[in-house]
Amino acid sequence: MFEGLQKTLTGALRKLRGKGRLSEANIRESMDEVRTALLDADVHLDVASAFITRVTKRAIGQEVLKSLDPGEQVFKVVYDELVALMGPVDTTIPVAQGRPTVIMLCGLQGQGKTTTAGKLALYLKQRGRKVLLVAADLQRPAAIDQLELLGKQVDTPVYREDVKFGPDGARLGPNPIDVCKRGVTQARSLLLDTVILDTAGRLHVAEMPMDELRQIDKTIQPDQVYFVCDAMTGQDAVLSARAFNEALEINGVILTKLDGDARGGAALSIKEITKVPIKFVGMGEKLDRLEDFRPEGMAQRILGQGDILSLVEKVNRVQSEITEEERTRQQKKMEAGDYTLEDFRQQLPLIRKMGPLKDVLGSMPGMSEMMPADQDPEASIRRIQGIIDSMTTKERKNPDDIDYARRMRIAKGSGVQATEVKQLVTVFDQIRSFMRPIAKMSMLERIRMVSGLGKMGGFMPGAKIAVKDQGDGGLSPRDRAALRRKKKHR
Amino acid sequence: MFLALYERLKSGLARTRDLFSDIAGLFTGKGRIDRNFLLEMEKRLLLADVGATATREIVKQVEAAFLDKEIGPDLAGFVRKILLAMLPSEKLELSRASEGPTVILVAGVNGSGKTTSIAKLANRFRKEGKTVVVGACDTFRAAAVEQLGTWAQRIGCEIVKGQTGGDPASVAHDTCEKALAKKIDVVILDTAGRLHTQTHLMRELEKIHRIVQRKIPGSPHEVLLVLDGTNGQNALYQAGQFSKTVSCTGIILTKLDGTAKGGFVFSIRQNLGLPVKLVGVGEGLGDLEPFDPETFISSLLDK
Repeated sequence: MFEGLQKTLTGALRKLRGKGRLSEANIRESMDEVRTALLDADVHLDVASAFITRVTKRAIGQEVLKSLDPGEQVFKVVYDELVALMGPVDTTIPVAQGRPTVIMLCGLQGQGKTTTAGKLALYLKQRGRKVLLVAADLQRPAAIDQLELLGKQVDTPVYREDVKFGPDGARLGPNPIDVCKRGVTQARSLLLDTVILDTAGRLHVAEMPMDELRQIDKTIQPDQVYFVCDAMTGQDAVLSARAFNEALEINGVILTKLDGDARGGAALSIKEITKVPIKFVGMGEKLDRLEDFRPEGMAQRILGQGDILSLVEKVNRVQSEITEEERTRQQKKMEAGDYTLEDFRQQLPLIRKMGPLKDVLGSMPGMSEMMPADQDPEASIRRIQGIIDSMTTKERKNPDDIDYARRMRIAKGSGVQATEVKQLVTVFDQIRSFMRPIAKMSMLERIRMVSGLGKMGGFMPGAKIAVKDQGDGGLSPRDRAALRRKKKHR
Repeated sequence: MFLALYERLKSGLARTRDLFSDIAGLFTGKGRIDRNFLLEMEKRLLLADVGATATREIVKQVEAAFLDKEIGPDLAGFVRKILLAMLPSEKLELSRASEGPTVILVAGVNGSGKTTSIAKLANRFRKEGKTVVVGACDTFRAAAVEQLGTWAQRIGCEIVKGQTGGDPASVAHDTCEKALAKKIDVVILDTAGRLHTQTHLMRELEKIHRIVQRKIPGSPHEVLLVLDGTNGQNALYQAGQFSKTVSCTGIILTKLDGTAKGGFVFSIRQNLGLPVKLVGVGEGLGDLEPFDPETFISSLLDK
């Protein structure tokens, strides 16, 4: 009955087969189907329309790459735009100094706030934080008990106060603002560094409850406010997210219940309308199933499952073939081990294209050492580029030849300290040895590995194996010996 | 009667606007359907989560109907009639057992509002003077049993609880047993929230259904699927899967007191024949209403 939905998109794009250049007419036709796909994924109508306009504009006039269908290429534009709109992702949670960091969860009823509070506590605990959960949902019967049980399961203390009810079932006290306040005080006295406030679910149009939330916000001044949203939410997601954002200034969105088959268009709508980034996604009832949000995975979902990934991969492959010659040259060099600073210099702009530099560099061995921790990676890269630019061709090819006099000259030329030049040369040596094993991977695999996309299950089937295939290349002699012993004993 | 219900839904919607002002805005009363009218109607249906496919069909039907005949000034009435035909008003009453306890099984995805709806439903029966027992078959979620327990106490109905992590089917069994022994009129079974894609949990639900059937022949008299009114097109998949597993007899559409419209029920009615029987329009115990298609359609076309 519903299978038709997902087929429409690929079907429509197939219609474009065999047209040399993307024209307004053939794009428009397929965009109708893209629109349907977005609406079926519950992307908000206005967001979908704006999206279509933008993508159409981008795609018109593009030359269709050799060995690609025009439809495939349009699809890639759609996918890229979706990823761009939902990113970049920053899942760091800032740490307050000298007092506990306070995180407040809010949202409509039944989104999964309490469960998420438990998951977030575990997530932070695993990252070394000492967490206190505060049961500030005094509305829903047994919400406090639920949080307490969750706290036990993730071995985290829970601050709770018992609620008194009048004979008519109305709540007599305490009020949630005081509970939050005393919760934070408790965290201080227990020397805990993070507080998670689980507030009651409320409707964005309900004045009193929203006012109560505003008061909590004003009194406690949480460092981070997260809006918890059910991935199955329809067009209404925009209205509620906007209202909560206006009331509180949300810092992030947590999208829940993504372990079902919801296409999750709400993710796109909320990001587009509020500009608030999606931080985490809930992937199941088990408490360890809180994951960092990945726009690539989400874009894939919104467009419907199927062979989208292979399509994206194909386009990537074709695009990367364009500069294949250049790449082959470098590949060979890396494999041979004579990858030079000159080559490294040429790759710097490429690295910049891979995405948020912080993420890319953070997962690249050696790179983080090369970058001063307190500096903008973008600036650091320019600095490194400057140092290399001040070297002669000979020096770039044989960095080992750089002696004291040369070092001083390079430092002067690029306006840095001589120690920085030395550091660059030393770290580059490390990188060179790291490059050798991964040189045998395809460019795509390499980019994926470096940018950490590999964490997405199934997104990169070949890469793990590729690393493993390097044999013992990545292990220290001691580890290799241990491995041999293990094999023998088996 | 109709007006009173509408007002209720409207107040639930927290709107202050005049009753038919918005619809009047859509139907300019000229007695003609032009492209702008159809586009605006399409937009409102889409924003109400009716879904792309169903919206296309509805718009097509309206267009075709208008092409056929000359329409008088009552444009609004005409469009309303077409939409109403898609939500037939038969089968909207809750079925009851002719003899012995009436058994109602309630299911749905996590957070759709099952437990709250059950409390409201139990309260309705209590107001009718019926005795009610609720079965807390959600043995999975932390404190779900306590949540239902609190409600049961407030409403003044019996409750059968199981152990956390225990077999929900056995709780269902015990609840039926208690109803038979104590001649209780209505049995309402609360089940754990489950995503329709979780096969093992869907099998568990099937087992509860089977046990109840065996214990009280002819039951369950109602299998109500709770759908969150703020949901979008995924509600269709939920309805499809739950119906396949436990052959649902009706829907409780919740959370209509916000700005969401729950327009996906058109597709569900058209494709599965599954009617909405009750709607949740607020947090209070009295905020569960019988579904009224006319009211629903009016609020749907509202901006």
